[in-house]
Amino acid sequence: MAAAGEELTVSGYIIHHLTNLTFGKLPAGFERHLDDGSVVHVPEGGLWTIAHGGAEASAMGFTAIHLDSMAWSIGLGIIFCLLFRHVAKKAETGVPSGIVNALEMIVEFVDNTVKDTFHGHNKLVAPLALTVFVWVFLMNLMDLIPVDLFPELLLMLGVPYQKIVPSTDPNITMGMAIGIFILMLYYSIKVKGFGFVKELTLNPFNHWAFIPVNLFMEVVGLLAKPFSLGMRLFGNMYAGEMIFILIAALFSAGGVWLIGAGISQMAWAILHILIIVLQAFIFMVLTIVYLSMAHEDH
Amino acid sequence: MNLNLTLIGQMVAFVCFVLFCMKYVWPPILAAMAEREKKIADGLAAADRASHDLELAKHEAVERLKEAKESAAGIVDDAKKRANQIVEEAKDAAVAEAARVKASAQAEIEQEANRAREQLRGQVAALSLAGAEKVLGAAIDHNAHKELVDKLASEL
Repeated sequence: MAAAGEELTVSGYIIHHLTNLTFGKLPAGFERHLDDGSVVHVPEGGLWTIAHGGAEASAMGFTAIHLDSMAWSIGLGIIFCLLFRHVAKKAETGVPSGIVNALEMIVEFVDNTVKDTFHGHNKLVAPLALTVFVWVFLMNLMDLIPVDLFPELLLMLGVPYQKIVPSTDPNITMGMAIGIFILMLYYSIKVKGFGFVKELTLNPFNHWAFIPVNLFMEVVGLLAKPFSLGMRLFGNMYAGEMIFILIAALFSAGGVWLIGAGISQMAWAILHILIIVLQAFIFMVLTIVYLSMAHEDH
Repeated sequence: MNLNLTLIGQMVAFVCFVLFCMKYVWPPILAAMAEREKKIADGLAAADRASHDLELAKHEAVERLKEAKESAAGIVDDAKKRANQIVEEAKDAAVAEAARVKASAQAEIEQEANRAREQLRGQVAALSLAGAEKVLGAAIDHNAHKELVDKLASEL
């Protein structure tokens, strides 16, 4: 279903589903195309507003925020905190039951993964891994909610756009990846000190003449880590969401297509149950591995 | 697909959640799990110890039973021996008593026989004298023939 101002076409439907609810500042002089076809120029000093369509969102540049991504992401993060805080309060030495048991299994799983991979002494890594795993999993889980449910409901309430899967927003995945990257740099410098500089300049060719080459290669390798971390999650979830949207669009074809769409919807959803867990796990393991590498002195 | 302030917002939220997890979630859960693990390990150890104790107790019970049986057998043996001894003693006493009774009976018999013999002898002497008197038709001076008669009597 298209928001106001967009045609009711398949491509319009898809674009609508892939547009975030963006709040930001439109630059002065920007031409806004209103629903009735008229054009309004943004006055001097800019205009803080909710973007209508991708063009306006792009025009806002960096001074914009995706309200939907932030709300879902923080909401899910709070759910994570409340759930695990509840368990932390209830966890006793007796026989655990129900949700306590289930969440303790996750905690133990994460703890074992951290113990297997990370050999340094750092109180941050295990809670970080747990947060990353559960939070990313919850964000990915939103992918299994029918693509039209929340956008349509909120459209009735006057909210023009809604993307409910935060991990299909590169800002979200890259935000986490950059956070982890900062930790990597911090621990590299803290643990290795000057050794970190050596690692960047004297690897793989241990000769002073090769320092520029080494530096270039190592810096590229270093930057590739957070970039691939964030982009892998984003790419997988974005592609998965795209397929869900395409399948949803197929329903509008009607007739025999309904059967095909139904079957493919179900098949893709079942496959996605695996993918969302797998991607959350990969994100967590890579986080641990990168931090482990930051702690290893050569 | 625009990069914007959401990036920063997500980073801030990320830091907050990680800190929350690090402070209020991870330590209590791990502590509870570690404590439970210890409790279970203790319980298993106690169960092991108890079964070991049970084994020892069983062993001891068997030992005691064996001892009791042995001492009971000893007591029975002693009793049998004692009984035999008592029977032997009784037998000996009976034999001795029998011998004594027999001896006294014999002595009495002999005495009786001697007495009878003496009596008989006296009577024989008197009879002989009476017979002789009748034969001779005259009185016999008892004193004069006493010696003769006594001699005869002692020959009987």
